[in-house]
Amino acid sequence: MKFQGKVWKFGDNIDTDAIIPARYLNTFDPQALAAHCMEDADPDFPRKVRPGDIIVAGENFGCGSSREHAPIAIKAAGISCVIAKSFARIFYRNAFNMGLPIFESPELYDRIAEGRSVTVDGDSGVILMEGAEASPLSIEPIPPFMQELIADGGLMQHLARKSRG
Amino acid sequence: MGMTITEKILCRHTGLDELHPGMLINAKVDIALGNDVTAPLAIEEFRKAGGKKVFDEDKVVLIPDHFTPNKDINSAAQCKIMRDFAREQEITHYYEVGEVGVEHALLPEKGIVLPGDLVIGADSHTCTYGALGAFATGVGSTDLAAAMLTGEAWFKVPETIKFVLSGSLNPWVSGKDLILYIIGQIGVDGALYRAMEFTGETVASLTMADRFTIANMAIEAGGKNGIFAPDDITEAYVQPRAKRPYTVYASDADASYAQVMEIDVGRIEPQVAFPHLPSNTRGISEVGHVPIDQVVIGSCTNGRIEDLRTAAAVLKGRRADPRVRLIVIPATQEVYRAAMKEGLFDIFLDAHAAVSTPTCGPCLGGHMGILAAGERAVATTNRNFVGRMGHPRSEVYLSNPAVAAASAVLGRIAGPDELT
Repeated sequence: MKFQGKVWKFGDNIDTDAIIPARYLNTFDPQALAAHCMEDADPDFPRKVRPGDIIVAGENFGCGSSREHAPIAIKAAGISCVIAKSFARIFYRNAFNMGLPIFESPELYDRIAEGRSVTVDGDSGVILMEGAEASPLSIEPIPPFMQELIADGGLMQHLARKSRG
Repeated sequence: MGMTITEKILCRHTGLDELHPGMLINAKVDIALGNDVTAPLAIEEFRKAGGKKVFDEDKVVLIPDHFTPNKDINSAAQCKIMRDFAREQEITHYYEVGEVGVEHALLPEKGIVLPGDLVIGADSHTCTYGALGAFATGVGSTDLAAAMLTGEAWFKVPETIKFVLSGSLNPWVSGKDLILYIIGQIGVDGALYRAMEFTGETVASLTMADRFTIANMAIEAGGKNGIFAPDDITEAYVQPRAKRPYTVYASDADASYAQVMEIDVGRIEPQVAFPHLPSNTRGISEVGHVPIDQVVIGSCTNGRIEDLRTAAAVLKGRRADPRVRLIVIPATQEVYRAAMKEGLFDIFLDAHAAVSTPTCGPCLGGHMGILAAGERAVATTNRNFVGRMGHPRSEVYLSNPAVAAASAVLGRIAGPDELT
């Protein structure tokens, strides 16, 4: 599974209240959540983001609440994948369970400027930055079972499909 | 090789003879918890996967506490999804408004969670139950849905950081200050993916309320769980409430730890976490002049009767500064009734506090005390992220109940020692 998109950068400790403020949690409709995605970190983000774009962040992305609305909002906003130095543990689980691909890269954040483009190859575990001068960065590939889960749209859809055979 | 208390509880729930950090395990859960924000999603996922009946109606716990009493039409609809499901599934532990309380105060109080249990909750502060000597951790709605279906969840066995607490607490220092201090030391990802085990001579002098507060905020250091080995204080709390057998575990002397931190609590003064991270802590003597607009005393972190007694001791015979809105939210109906009987409400009302029915309310910017742009609140809650209690340009300062009460009186962040 490959992703190519424009980079939006966010710093360290981006918490779930920044990703989707609790005041909007009175619904779990993905499009309604997407309309407020990252709003408290960048109020214009929901209007600026385009399908396929990629979020690149620092340490501990997704810290705070267990709300699954966070990966749902990011996915529904059109973000194809998130690449951070590290992820908070509940967000890490939730992202895969919701079918949002995420990658840990300690290096990318410090080497890419916002607005540049990156290509992520989740099969071979490589990130290519726009421009020929940059050398590729290696990441942990997404194993086949997890790729299937993501392709199915998340854990429960995956289980449902498997139980149907 | 010995095991930690966390490893032992996980092990006992897998059928394995031993396990070690890093192992992926599938474990049986004793309690699977959801609330009005997270359960509706889990219920949808449960149905999507073809779920007809939960694995055990005594072990799936559904608590409408976040936006209740329903704050608007959408939240009423979310609560209705959960209520209808609870009735259909004949869920034993569903509590309606009038009986419900803030989940992490309510479950221990009702004896629903007991020592040795393995608990998952679709709420990050599920780690609170570690105070009872249970393994408890927050998960997302989908993990909850899978557990509702199968009674199981997968885990990566965490490494453990041991915190050895020694010395005696200074006046007005409580569990809140200890955990804020620790988070200030190790940072909001200092315990990422790890268990936080609290031990040492000081633990024997910590009340259950202190321990709940400490375990509650393990997640604010990125921890998977926070845990205390049960002792006489735990037994005294649990015995009158337990309606089923439970098992007490303790770490082996030769258990292995990723890290050991020694903390002399005698060096800790009341702590305040400045915006916008719980790790941004300062001692009360280093706060400076910070005028405030609101004080919130309550939440799963500090809404227990001990917390209200502390606040009342500071507020007795005093009034909140006229520029400050003081909001007191007992965490459960039992706390509410106790506070009323003990005369605490008179003290709060005389202090011009608004006393609310139990709800998570303002802690997560839901309702019952939202901040406007530029406003500042001192809160006994657990998070001070941007926009947590309202407008993205509002500010939340986290403290213990004594500091919160004194701050309400003085109209600025202050410790009780500053009151004359």
